[in-house]
Amino acid sequence: MNITLSIIYLITTITFVIGLKMLGHPETAKKGNLISGVGMGMAIVATIFLHDFEVPSTNYILIGIALLIGTILGYLIAMKVAMTKMPELVSLFNGFGGGSALLIGLVEFSNFSTDATQTSTIIAAIIIGSITFTGSLIAWAKLNGSMKDIRLPNYNLINNLIILALIAFGAYIVMYDSTNLMLIYLLLAASLIYGVLFVIPIGGADMPVVISLLNSLTGIAAAITGILYGNMVMMVGGILVGSAGLILTFIMCNAMNRSLSNVIFGAFGGGDLAIAAVGKTGGTIKKTTASDSAIMLNYASKVVIVPGYGLAVAQAQHVIHELEELLTKKGVDVSYAIHPVAGRMPGHMNVLLAESNVAYDKLIEMDNINPQFPNTDVVLVVGANDVVNPAAHNDPSSPIYGMPILDVENAKHIIVNKRSMNAGYAGIENELFFNQKTSMLFGDAKSALTELVNELKNM
Amino acid sequence: MNELVEFISNNLQLLYILILAIFIGVELIKNVPSVLHTPLMSGANALSGVVIVGALLVMLQSRPDDYLSLGLGFVAVILGILNVVGGFVVTDRMLQMFKKKK
Repeated sequence: MNITLSIIYLITTITFVIGLKMLGHPETAKKGNLISGVGMGMAIVATIFLHDFEVPSTNYILIGIALLIGTILGYLIAMKVAMTKMPELVSLFNGFGGGSALLIGLVEFSNFSTDATQTSTIIAAIIIGSITFTGSLIAWAKLNGSMKDIRLPNYNLINNLIILALIAFGAYIVMYDSTNLMLIYLLLAASLIYGVLFVIPIGGADMPVVISLLNSLTGIAAAITGILYGNMVMMVGGILVGSAGLILTFIMCNAMNRSLSNVIFGAFGGGDLAIAAVGKTGGTIKKTTASDSAIMLNYASKVVIVPGYGLAVAQAQHVIHELEELLTKKGVDVSYAIHPVAGRMPGHMNVLLAESNVAYDKLIEMDNINPQFPNTDVVLVVGANDVVNPAAHNDPSSPIYGMPILDVENAKHIIVNKRSMNAGYAGIENELFFNQKTSMLFGDAKSALTELVNELKNM
Repeated sequence: MNELVEFISNNLQLLYILILAIFIGVELIKNVPSVLHTPLMSGANALSGVVIVGALLVMLQSRPDDYLSLGLGFVAVILGILNVVGGFVVTDRMLQMFKKKK
């Protein structure tokens, strides 16, 4: 291999490590992303020009066209999409990466099919690439709202059988029939179908975990293709993403107090459990108006805002910041309580609130804000549901039992803004709404908060 | 069994690299504050676009009359660069928002 190319790959690998490290700190994150981006650009350019093959000019032209199309398209999609849509966008891009890996495997099968090690590498790339490709697209569609959870009967059993069959089938091809292209197409189709079946039954609340897992798998697929070419930058880069993604997946599972297998195999949301839970609550709720709520907030000395996905959907992040500033001006101590899995992705709320200029130190993480709730006069819950559901503490039959939540019921008053009494994303009833201290402020988050702000201004 | 031993002795360096890379990945992420989880996931996603290098190799090595390889490689390059460019730009947009105030 060309020595200059090897050195550039080495530098790129270093930029990946440094970039990931810097992404872990708020002050350096942006620079870190830029550094790995430059490293990636170097690797791409170097791959095209510093090699020892005889390359016909048509190939160069085609590469140029492909790069141009992908760059423009990627840039436009990334710039145009609203911040609330970030999670599904990450999933979509991730799916493209997986698709790329599976195509590489498909092409190389006919070139490399003599050696058992290489054939198994290629087959692994095809299986993993296909699963991430269709899996990510399904995750994207589900977060998009264009697809609902679908559970076939015995889907766990079926899925497990399929994955075992895939592995066995792959092993068969390696050992007995490694020149048969027909079998590879069959394997490809089965893997693509498995990707769909794998993600389709998983509830929306668990989607972030799934995306993180799929992201990790794309890294592994890249690493596997790297092994195939003996290409260090693909191998190390892919493994870095694979292990980082896996750890992130576990961190997210921990935040919900669930195991990974429970996320993947446990039915969640909808189903029998939810119906049982709905039957148990009931009781009366207390409705309130914007002006009553405004009075309550105006005379409070400490207010905690709990934002949820409803806030994001209603695009109310700017109004909530206005409300916060107004209250602060009136001498109220305002902070935001951020549940680790609020929104559709960990840190999703932070990104949204940062977009509307909310100061960084006002966002308080769950473990730090929970002890403060007993001293809090008013908690304003905006579009959040499952992360404040006390059933997680006191109802062992609830599907979210054991999940750490924001203990808002310890505060003196709770105002909940919701569009309706519908259950949350996890599909379970919330007894917080029937609490004596809770008043419900119904309405779209944006219009309800705007009304609140106007009332407060007139006081 | 013999094949496994042979594979390990042939690829010892590779195994060292893989294992060390796994540990680096874990250590890099372990103590990241949850505020940065989304950008981090997005950034890691951009890095997984490194698979484009493989897609480029496919196209560089295809014979000009091998339309199947060229075609699949072409799509693979588009998908890979979409992952790279989209991933980095989206991450940058997210992080842009953390910058303004402290």
